Amino acid sequence: MDDLHKLTITELSEKLAAGGCTSVGIVKDVLAVIDANDGKVGAYLTVDRDSALEQARAADVARAAGVTSPLLGIPIAIKDLLNVKGQPCTCSSKILEGYIAPYDATVIAKLREVGAVLLGRVNMDEFAMGSSTENSALGKTHNPWNLGHVPGGSSGGSAACVVADEAIASLGSDTGGSIRQPAAFCGCVGVKPTYGRVSRYGLTAFASSLDQIGPLTKTVKDSAILLETLCGHDKLDSSSIEMDVPTFSENLTSDTSLVGMKLGLPKEYFVKGMDSEVEKAVRDAVEHCKSLGAEIIDVSLPHSKYAIAVYYIIATAEASANLARFDGIRYGLRIDGKDPLELYKKTRAAGFGSEVKRRIILGTYVLSSGYYDAYYKRAQKVRTLIRNDFTEVFKQCDAILAPVTPTPAYKLGEKTNDPLEMYLDDILTTPTNLAGNCALSLPCGFSSGGLPIGLQIIGDSFDEQTILKVGHAYEQTTKWHKQKPEL
Amino acid sequence: MLGEKEGMDINYVAHLARIDLTEEETTLFQGQLEQVLHYVEQLDEIDVSGVEPTAHAFPVYNILRKDEMGQSLGHSAVIANAPAASDGEIRVPKIIDQ
Amino acid sequence: MKYEATIGLETHIMQKTASKMFCACEYEYGAAPNTHVCPVCLGYPGALPMMNEKAIELCCKAGLLLDCEINSHSKWDRKNYFYPDMAKNYQITQADEPLCLGGHLEVDVNGELKTFTLERIHQEENAAKNTHVAGASLVDYNRAGTALMEIVSNPCMHSSEDALAYLASLKQIMEYGEISDCNPEKGQIRSDVNVSVRPVGQKELGSKVEIKNMNSFAFIQQAIEYEIDRQTSLLESGGAIVQETRGFDSDRGETFSQRTKENAHDYRYFPEPDLMPVKISTEQVELWRSELPELPVQRRTRYVNELGLPEYDAGVLTADKATSDWFERAMQHTKNAKAASNFVMGEMMRLLSEQDFSISESKVTPEKLAEIIALIDAKTISTGAGKQVFEIIFNEGGEPKKIVEEKGMTQVSDDSALESWADDAIAANPRPVEEYKAGNTASINFLMGQVMKASRGKANPGAVMQVLKKKLDAFC
Ligand SMILES: [Zn+2]
Repeated sequence: MDDLHKLTITELSEKLAAGGCTSVGIVKDVLAVIDANDGKVGAYLTVDRDSALEQARAADVARAAGVTSPLLGIPIAIKDLLNVKGQPCTCSSKILEGYIAPYDATVIAKLREVGAVLLGRVNMDEFAMGSSTENSALGKTHNPWNLGHVPGGSSGGSAACVVADEAIASLGSDTGGSIRQPAAFCGCVGVKPTYGRVSRYGLTAFASSLDQIGPLTKTVKDSAILLETLCGHDKLDSSSIEMDVPTFSENLTSDTSLVGMKLGLPKEYFVKGMDSEVEKAVRDAVEHCKSLGAEIIDVSLPHSKYAIAVYYIIATAEASANLARFDGIRYGLRIDGKDPLELYKKTRAAGFGSEVKRRIILGTYVLSSGYYDAYYKRAQKVRTLIRNDFTEVFKQCDAILAPVTPTPAYKLGEKTNDPLEMYLDDILTTPTNLAGNCALSLPCGFSSGGLPIGLQIIGDSFDEQTILKVGHAYEQTTKWHKQKPEL
Repeated sequence: MLGEKEGMDINYVAHLARIDLTEEETTLFQGQLEQVLHYVEQLDEIDVSGVEPTAHAFPVYNILRKDEMGQSLGHSAVIANAPAASDGEIRVPKIIDQ
Repeated sequence: MKYEATIGLETHIMQKTASKMFCACEYEYGAAPNTHVCPVCLGYPGALPMMNEKAIELCCKAGLLLDCEINSHSKWDRKNYFYPDMAKNYQITQADEPLCLGGHLEVDVNGELKTFTLERIHQEENAAKNTHVAGASLVDYNRAGTALMEIVSNPCMHSSEDALAYLASLKQIMEYGEISDCNPEKGQIRSDVNVSVRPVGQKELGSKVEIKNMNSFAFIQQAIEYEIDRQTSLLESGGAIVQETRGFDSDRGETFSQRTKENAHDYRYFPEPDLMPVKISTEQVELWRSELPELPVQRRTRYVNELGLPEYDAGVLTADKATSDWFERAMQHTKNAKAASNFVMGEMMRLLSEQDFSISESKVTPEKLAEIIALIDAKTISTGAGKQVFEIIFNEGGEPKKIVEEKGMTQVSDDSALESWADDAIAANPRPVEEYKAGNTASINFLMGQVMKASRGKANPGAVMQVLKKKLDAFC
């Protein structure tokens, strides 16, 4: 092994440009790591070896012909809810058995355009419903720092593969924290862009008004590089916003000063029952930012405490309709019945896992006749209040610092019997999805048990640049991101 | 407000959602979801009068496309994905209604 | 006790767009199954809808033609129900904020002018087509997702005549407005019919029976009549009407109860998160209004006032848009409206009735008719010859002038030839000559017929009449 797998996009991109390695070399190296480690980690559902090597060869040819791009020839893993033409897209569900995507998601098309290498598809909670990747119907993924612990979710495979050096970077999706929480649990960088920044076309929908695709990477700068490619208006997605995309990475310099930056600390985000080691690590990170010159101010997001309640009404309601298409008629699993009604019921009973069924039933219920106003409409109104809180706070500060999760990664199986308890863990991430603004998670310490702890930097809508700048400054002046699990 | 929310008729809801539940699932989900519903009742304590509901994080208007024809999918890909097909059509059990 | 029926119609009309409502697939009637489909209209994972601006325009224009108010803010909702013809198992439609509100139609029902009011018009997407074979059903998604608007009338009609007149008028307006071709055979206009019956004088409506998805106007008429009879006799015999959806058996001309589903529909409408709301400014509405084509009633008036056509002609010519458009084109090439009208109502309609194609496909083009009329007006050919030319072109095609030349149809106005034929006729028919001299001037017609016969139709009738008169009067 050449140790190329340990490098970042930034490093590899320089090395490739200087002729110090080839894309084929990188891909071979990463494939070797997958062979060595993925039996333990379980991040991948499918590794597209031949296709990846072919793409790498094409990237090398393109480079020789003078093509340049920071992502040219860089192997990237894809969360298995993004459609990649000619390949399965399982969403870690049995119900999509046999489905072959006939088209590329917009983000996949964009990655292809810049010559990134699509390495394979990684595990997730079924239809992105979960926080531990234990809801996958297709396999278990383990936390690379401690194989007995969960990697987080729903983008658990996306986080685990990056941390285990089984990919240089990956794509995930974040509906209520599904990029940030696994990034925190596994110890990498994850960004949930502002809603509307990245096209959702080709992303199998969980909750359409909350879903966003984002990167999981080894460094903040790598996320910035990926975001430059992923972001941008798409005429295939009505919710995609027409707005210029800054060259995020070029604005991340060696200047780590945060002088002139106001960072808000919301008291509501240091919740009751929060692990003391997590709280300490985050407060230390806040101090660190202060030492870099940032001004820290107290802010309040009073309605964020209702985020879980609002989230689980809105997300499940939207999901109940979004997942209605998985019915055994046009693609995927079919369990036959004497009439379509029986076919639907049997297919969906056999095809969906427990958590998906639970959420579909909850979502169906809150929309059903007589309950719509009491649940759904009310939740939409409280959503407005949560949004307004952020609008107010961003008048006072440039970004918000907060924990990502109340605890470090827990043990596999520890919370599977109590859905509500697991839902409550999303309290620090869901408000951002409801408000639509952006947020980033990056490593800020380790627990005494050796598990990573994440710092959340929440930014105003369409102000990814600021959270990347703060994250980059923090990262460049700390060493957490340099630590690697031993596998 | 609270009074309106009676217990969930999970069998009715599962029927609407077209999912057959086992008896165990019915009992388990009923209990778990009632807990969740109880939890979300905290929303009732907020005064939302005069608050507009949010359906889109960033409402923009008139996102239209020109009425132009584009590429359709290849017929064979469509049929290959279908669990059952005959004569180029997607085959389903006999539809009784309508 | 006397009973009265109340009828309301929900009419679905497929709009004339090039692509579907939310994707770029084409809709082509009769195309091979599942060839005009894509991830969006098949409800594949990850696909997202994008609204077709033309469909929005057509829906609003339909609203303007029907005097609706155009909603300045409207939005999309998901209507959830599982059915094999609905790819996503929800339909994108408009629940509480449709594009058009209110509106009305003035309709002539057996000579009486009635006003039927509308509740709304909303935009939605069409369902796929199911067909049934032994032991299974087959689904073709070509039609899935095509642009469909629903025109909802108030329960304001009271007889099958009302409903039929309403539908015919609606169809005519939609065709004129180029909103839809409204071909019932192609399913481009389909109606759900709601019928209830109540004792005269009772305020609240009776229980409503819905007959869904009817395209044939004749069947709609039969179904309404059957339902009114059935409900009235049921009430008369002390029974109660069950609110239900009924099917229509066209062989028997009867409606029948459809197995009611164990649960009533619970569509769980909620705002479609994948589509943004629509805002329509008054400027936009005015622009659309200025682009509206002339409606049949306006055309009729113009034909009478400006072209000087009789009411009857104006009514026949405007009854169907294709005919009226054809006539309009002819009028760009001739000033003789009455002659054009006579040809369209006479020769054209007679010949078309024996054929299987439409006026726009006729070999006689408006330009050619104008040429024929010009030849008649210039007295080059007789009206009778003109009709022959018309029929020849209708059947075989060709240029009017060439046909006239080839067939030697040019009228003879040359006095010497006419005089010789007139002399022959007078010599050969002493009796009519006597009668004419005795004062029966109508006898000249017989002589004229003889001359025309001798000329084999080529003589100019006016000129013949002159010559005969001159000669007969000289005898006196
Ligand atoms: Zn399509």
